[in-house]
Amino acid sequence: MSRYEAVIGLEVHVELKTETKLFCGCSTEFGKEPNTQVCPVCLGLPGATGVLNKKAVELAVKAGLALNCEIGTNTWFDRKNYYYPDLPKGFQISQVFRPIAYKGYLDLELNGKSKRINITRAHLEEDPGKLTHAGGSIITSHCSYVDYNRSGIPLVEIVSEPEIRSGEEAKAYLEKLKAILEYAGVSDVKMEQGSLRCDANVSVRPVGSTVLGTKTEIKNMNSFRAVQRAIDYEVERQIEALMDGGRIIQETRAWDENLGVTVAMRSKENPDYRCFMEHELAPIELKTEWIEDVRATIPELPDARRKRLVEEHGLPVYDAGVITSSLDLAEFFDAALKEYPDAKTVSNWVMGELLRLLNARNLELSEAKITPGGLASLLKLIEKGAISNKMGKEVFEVMFEEGKDPDQIVKEKGLSQISDESQLNRIIAEVIAKNPKSVADFQSGKEKAIGFLVGQVMKATRGQANPGVVNAILREKLAE
Amino acid sequence: MKISEKEVEQLAFLSRLDLQGEEPADWTKSLNAVLDYLELLNKLDTSAVEPAAHVLPLKNIFREDRPQQSLDKELVLANAPEEEEGSFVVPRIV
Repeated sequence: MSRYEAVIGLEVHVELKTETKLFCGCSTEFGKEPNTQVCPVCLGLPGATGVLNKKAVELAVKAGLALNCEIGTNTWFDRKNYYYPDLPKGFQISQVFRPIAYKGYLDLELNGKSKRINITRAHLEEDPGKLTHAGGSIITSHCSYVDYNRSGIPLVEIVSEPEIRSGEEAKAYLEKLKAILEYAGVSDVKMEQGSLRCDANVSVRPVGSTVLGTKTEIKNMNSFRAVQRAIDYEVERQIEALMDGGRIIQETRAWDENLGVTVAMRSKENPDYRCFMEHELAPIELKTEWIEDVRATIPELPDARRKRLVEEHGLPVYDAGVITSSLDLAEFFDAALKEYPDAKTVSNWVMGELLRLLNARNLELSEAKITPGGLASLLKLIEKGAISNKMGKEVFEVMFEEGKDPDQIVKEKGLSQISDESQLNRIIAEVIAKNPKSVADFQSGKEKAIGFLVGQVMKATRGQANPGVVNAILREKLAE
Repeated sequence: MKISEKEVEQLAFLSRLDLQGEEPADWTKSLNAVLDYLELLNKLDTSAVEPAAHVLPLKNIFREDRPQQSLDKELVLANAPEEEEGSFVVPRIV
């Protein structure tokens, strides 16, 4: 198997965060009744001509700059002609010849190593309508339903160079791309709402070869994990086919999430889109000053933020990478850190408890009830010794679910830690009396025996004793 | 002949045009005349000429990102050959 290497390029479609469509004033809001956000322009009715949304141009330039691209100062739109019911005009308005952004890159951190993936281009185009196939699958259905609410929504299509070598790298690329676009504020990048979609071009070739093998295009992947699995499957399928003396057919294949396989959809030998300039829309001429104005609106991006967390707050690179992978998480961390300035402790709770609960409940951070200030208050309670670390986790879970104040939860649950020495003295005396062997062991130099005695005190107080205080009192008494 | 009668018929089929009698042959003839003319234009050396993205001296025609009223749903579906629960219904695609 190692005689072959995978050559993978990704095409990512990202919906731009505009109020209205690319060429008309119809709303882009998600989840509305079919065909209620359409007009003659986005329905492609004869004679209707659109006017370009300025905000979409601005966001596309912003996306390009955030991805280290050069910006085309003289660009225009083209028509990509094909017949399909999701495209009522018979052509898609896209940028074929002069993309608004090109020659960019992003850097991945993979297993401690950095890898640069070059970006060929990022161009503006309109989204087609949405097809739903009766009976579930395009192959078995007798008819399809078309909703044109999505028709004309502004997209940037971001095309990578075929420099990705595995499913894992593809996933890392997508995570990075998503984070950058999210930070830059150009898109909601929600795969489940279709505001980020990814197709993968996959081929394999003998290691050392510089010629590209025949590629297949994989579609229908609905999560980053699905992209990784689909690519890994497809790479292996192609290698096996070649090793069995077969050949790869250039085709579009669909990922089947349930079966974990890619299935041939249609052959795509030589798609001829007969592209030509969209002569009904005026060309776009961007001034350098205007491009620089847009650049000035780009906030701190994930790489810079990660670096700041490492250099200014001493966080481990791994922690900083996890925390900055999503803007929400990074903002939460910064806000908590402001009120509880111990970066590593805050990071442990964010990466441990917060991410654990978000993953377990399959929630977005915005859906959790805990606030950064709440976490800071909780950490102060633990630091004071009012509750133990373990109790803290219990309180955290209630805060996560209900958003209450940690003091209130501690009171309601009767969780407060016993640090009161007179109360502990009584319990410790009992434990010493009941465990003469462990006491003798400790006094004869077996250091480990103290752990057992502390454990007995914890048990007697149902975990509410402050272990540090217990340890200190025990040592004092046993030394007598 | 740059385009065959068979290709014209396929194009008509894709465009849902119903060509009858002499029409496929007539259209093949006139489309080929257009293509011949373009062939003549192709002979010009334009390597030093910037492509004309627009025939008028226009650029940067923008609108602000402000929502406008969409079409009434009944009007939207008025021309649909078939409709179901607000969606256009089209025959099996592949």
